[in-house]
Amino acid sequence: MVCAVRTNAFRRYFFLNLYMGMSFVASVGRFQVLKHWGNPSLEYAYFYFYSDALLTIGLYFALLNLYSLVFDEMKVERYLRIGAVLLLGGTAWFSYAVINQSSHRILSHFAFELSQNLYFVGLVLTYVLWGAILKLRETRTRLIQLVLALGAYFSAFAADYALRNLYPNYQAVWQYLTPALGCILPAAWMISFFWVNEEARLAPSRLAAVPR
Amino acid sequence: MMAAFIFVVSVVIFLQFFVFYCRSLIAVSAKQALSPEVQEVTGIQKTASGEDFNRVMQLLHLCPERPEDRKGIQAIGAYFRMLNFVRSTVAQLAPSIRTWTDSERGHCTYFAAIALERRISFSRDMLAQQIDA
Repeated sequence: MVCAVRTNAFRRYFFLNLYMGMSFVASVGRFQVLKHWGNPSLEYAYFYFYSDALLTIGLYFALLNLYSLVFDEMKVERYLRIGAVLLLGGTAWFSYAVINQSSHRILSHFAFELSQNLYFVGLVLTYVLWGAILKLRETRTRLIQLVLALGAYFSAFAADYALRNLYPNYQAVWQYLTPALGCILPAAWMISFFWVNEEARLAPSRLAAVPR
Repeated sequence: MMAAFIFVVSVVIFLQFFVFYCRSLIAVSAKQALSPEVQEVTGIQKTASGEDFNRVMQLLHLCPERPEDRKGIQAIGAYFRMLNFVRSTVAQLAPSIRTWTDSERGHCTYFAAIALERRISFSRDMLAQQIDA
């Protein structure tokens, strides 16, 4: 957020900054709950997963912000908004349906399931956006880097959630791996806002070139 | 089964995004020219070689750190190690991949040299500020 303000990019990337602000507030809240209730407590687990679900929704809107910047000239913002809300509602309904069938602890598992599914939906949407960037020959370097960083972050967390599902007993590993993965997005976005000028241009097809 | 599928897909896509992201960082630095003194210190004249990467990184660590470039350098370091792994495994079977990894490793070295250039000018600015104060 500080880097975006310093480079006069706060309003242009409003939802990205909003997500970072939410992330900061959630981190402070988590620390307070952790200090008060302790790590193995149910209160911390509830707070962690519900704040994570809210953050994932925030990140989903940040992705929508990037979509609207890429499709800026096509004037399709209204359709994007409707599509995003429908997809978000659909994901929430799907998560509820899965939990309703397989578990009696609906409330505690819903946030986890919703986050996991939203990370995967976010990953697919970011991949589609990257495809659109290549197809439309989008050249704004900062925008390209923001999208690529978001894609790496979504895929890292989707893999992390999948691994947690596969091996729920390795809590000792997850408690270090998950925060480490959480550094990817702030670090990468900081680099993009600090190093890359808004006017900088780059051919995205060069990045995707493969050896023959 | 579903979780295993999501894990595999996510890891493949993560690697793809990671490579593209690192290449975008390298592409930004490739547009900048090295000053004659950094060329002399690093021994890089026009094209950089992957063999020089570790030496340039050692020079980089001798300079005072700039917090804003630390993560970028770490990302490129990880990308370089990944390229080394590909070079010593898959690239043994396909010469075209070996050529590609060699060229990418050279770009990583150039990125590190540009970071070195920035750190040197950062140190100079700090020194100038101290002298002024």
